[in-house]
Amino acid sequence: MIPLSYYLILSAILFGLGVAGFLFKRNIVTIFMSVELMLNAVNLSFVALSYAFRQLDGQIFVFFVMVVAAAEAAVGLAIIIAVFRNRESLNVDEISTMKW
Amino acid sequence: MYQIFFFLFAGAAIGFAVNLLVQRHPIYSALSLIGVMASLASLYLMLGAEFIAAVQVIVYAGAIMVLFVLVIMLLNAGVEERTQRSRLVRQFGAPLIVMLLGILTSVIYRQFPGDAMVRFGDFPGQTSSIGLHLFLDYMLPFEVVSILILVAIIGAVVLAQKET
Repeated sequence: MIPLSYYLILSAILFGLGVAGFLFKRNIVTIFMSVELMLNAVNLSFVALSYAFRQLDGQIFVFFVMVVAAAEAAVGLAIIIAVFRNRESLNVDEISTMKW
Repeated sequence: MYQIFFFLFAGAAIGFAVNLLVQRHPIYSALSLIGVMASLASLYLMLGAEFIAAVQVIVYAGAIMVLFVLVIMLLNAGVEERTQRSRLVRQFGAPLIVMLLGILTSVIYRQFPGDAMVRFGDFPGQTSSIGLHLFLDYMLPFEVVSILILVAIIGAVVLAQKET
């Protein structure tokens, strides 16, 4: 017997940690992993709310999120490889041509 | 009993996520992320989502993280360099994240006050009913997503190939 809000707050904490990683890390691979952490946090709240409303649609949405995350990981890592080939660096501060 | 398991896995998830931020070498961050995903899979099991728990371990902790570790080894990524962060992030980053957490928590408590409880085994999300739902009601999104995956495969091959 655990309150549902605990699951949702755990999800919020993980999301906040993912945002922190996205903002504070300098390695492009680690930043990408923080994005995956945020996706996982959102998946947890989807599953918890699917339990709360007794409907399976939330779990099916998590399935779709996982498929999109797999596609994103494949394309994103390919972009990282291409960037590394051109710049010889994984530091985001040195990849700033498009910076405002 | 289930409270103990919940706090064990929730604590593990938060601990691994903090470790992801603290570690300076990307391979340690990747291992911490695998730990987060495994803890989340156990939490999914406690919420009755067996299929999602299995897919979490197989697809996320298996396939996606193997891809990450492979790229880290391929690029021979070393320890992260410390650089001066942008002024905006240094000043407003942490306060804004705390504010985001506060807003989320207050909204959660307003929407779900303490009476909504999770009981183990109360809502068995059977894999067969997920399959029926997926192939009857969500047929079109499923097909669209398969095309998305195909495009992603082609895109990854095109992006990662050597320029000639």
